[in-house]
Amino acid sequence: MSDPVLATRGVSKSFGGLHAVRDVTLDFHTGQVDVVIGPNGAGKTTLINLLSGDLPPSAGRIAFRGRDITTMPPHRISQLGIGRSYQRTNIFPEFTCMRNVWLAAQSRMRSSMRFIRPAHHRKDVAARAERAIDLAGLSHRADTVAATVSHGEQRQLEVAMLLATEPEVLLLDEPLAGMGPEETANIVALINRLKATHCVVLIEHDMDAVFAVADRLTVMVNGTVLETGTPDQIRESQTVREAYLGDEMI
Amino acid sequence: MTVVPRWPALLLLAAVAIGLALVPVFGETYAIKVATRMIVFAIFAMSLDLLLGYTGLVSFGHAAFFGLAAYTLQIYSPEYEAVNIALALPVVIGVTAFVGALIGALVVRTSGIYFIMVTLAFAQMMFYFFHDSQIAGGSDGAYIWVKPVLAVGETILIDFEDRATLLWFALGLMLAVYGLLIMLLRSPFGQVIQGIKVNEHRMRALGYDTYRYKLVSYVISAAVASLAGFVYACIDGYISPELLGWKESGIGLAMVILGGMGTLFGPIVGAVAFIGVEELARERELVGFLADHFQIIMGCFVIAVVLMLRNGLAGSLGGAPRAKPDPVETEVPGGEKP
Repeated sequence: MSDPVLATRGVSKSFGGLHAVRDVTLDFHTGQVDVVIGPNGAGKTTLINLLSGDLPPSAGRIAFRGRDITTMPPHRISQLGIGRSYQRTNIFPEFTCMRNVWLAAQSRMRSSMRFIRPAHHRKDVAARAERAIDLAGLSHRADTVAATVSHGEQRQLEVAMLLATEPEVLLLDEPLAGMGPEETANIVALINRLKATHCVVLIEHDMDAVFAVADRLTVMVNGTVLETGTPDQIRESQTVREAYLGDEMI
Repeated sequence: MTVVPRWPALLLLAAVAIGLALVPVFGETYAIKVATRMIVFAIFAMSLDLLLGYTGLVSFGHAAFFGLAAYTLQIYSPEYEAVNIALALPVVIGVTAFVGALIGALVVRTSGIYFIMVTLAFAQMMFYFFHDSQIAGGSDGAYIWVKPVLAVGETILIDFEDRATLLWFALGLMLAVYGLLIMLLRSPFGQVIQGIKVNEHRMRALGYDTYRYKLVSYVISAAVASLAGFVYACIDGYISPELLGWKESGIGLAMVILGGMGTLFGPIVGAVAFIGVEELARERELVGFLADHFQIIMGCFVIAVVLMLRNGLAGSLGGAPRAKPDPVETEVPGGEKP
């Protein structure tokens, strides 16, 4: 297989005595959807936080296209093309949905240290923002204040903001939680469309959605990677069965 | 968060500006001085609103830049002749912005209550620097004996010795600052700082180096405050360390909150109202023995406004309708509207 876009080598994160993530070594490739599953507290979100730079690892290394990004601050990681969405909706509640997405799209201007012309004259940014809000299926809410739209729509807004930064790697932390079936289907279809040209890392509890998009599954338990493999391999795995999935889920 | 004011706000602003401009026509010296002070503090309050209302940085030491500008003008002015505004103004702005960048580089690393404390600490340091040293008269303060003039060659175009001229100059400056800050807030930079105010963590995750944007906002704010300090020093030609003190900073905050923060023109209204009410509260014929305790009246006034008008004096006039969609931004999507 080709070189991984994103790779971790023995990455760990501990908070005091708690080992949230322990010795995780994984490769992520373009054209592939990697789904990380595991019970609550398994360290899935912490792993995303390490990849996005929101948290610095306690040990180990992370590389993007062979370049060490282990200690890089989140804004630089974002500029490299690694974007993330948040499990707990993390938006600008008092702005309209479009203005939320706009800020995301504007981040790809070479610099926002532009003081004179009004921001909305930037056609390139406007086009990017519109495309993103459209892909996430939220165009009809463009002019609505984000705080007032439904929870599911705020989840779509998260996705729209991520897309507006035009990342190469998408780190999606439970994007479907709180979405209705129609939006879920929309996002699942979107992920499947994006994966040809993107590297997607997804955390998800909705098993139907997981098996609908996953090319590879990684099972985490207690901060460690229990097993990695194709969905079929994971389905058959005795270890996973015992530790996590249980018979009724498959 | 609309930056461009709606017409009630513009009408009010126009009324305030015309009212102030007419003071020299009808009022005597004292009235002109009070009106000029209103304008000075309106500029100061707007500079503070850029941090407070639009960047989310609560500075409790902003008078440091106000006072520093006044001191810079005094020190730069020759003792027995008038300094040329064309030289003095850039020097004052430059020195203040430079010091603003030095202090900002440190304080902007903090946030919340810590930001309040370190800005206060730096302002107090500068206060004692001028208070305890022999620079410009130490604790006694100092005078600018000859007021600045704007001269081209031998021709004097503007002379601050004339109080009306100073007032009109200050008023022009105030309106220019208002316009420039609106331009700034509509620009990509302005969008970024407003995003930082609402959710800085998210801005970082979106790829913005928020530290740099906050620092630039801080420096711009210091530079605008220096304009206020520059004009202030020309009113009486007297400067003292108190100009940099925490009380001045606190008054600035009170004006912004009184007028409505995050509205830009609210602070103008706040400054005019604050100084106006203070003048009235000192009028013995009006308030009797309370004139000796005018601070009590000021306190009641501020409390009443804060309790009764949640968005300040001007907040209800369409400066910043937070709960409504933004008419500027709704144009953004262009043609495709659902």
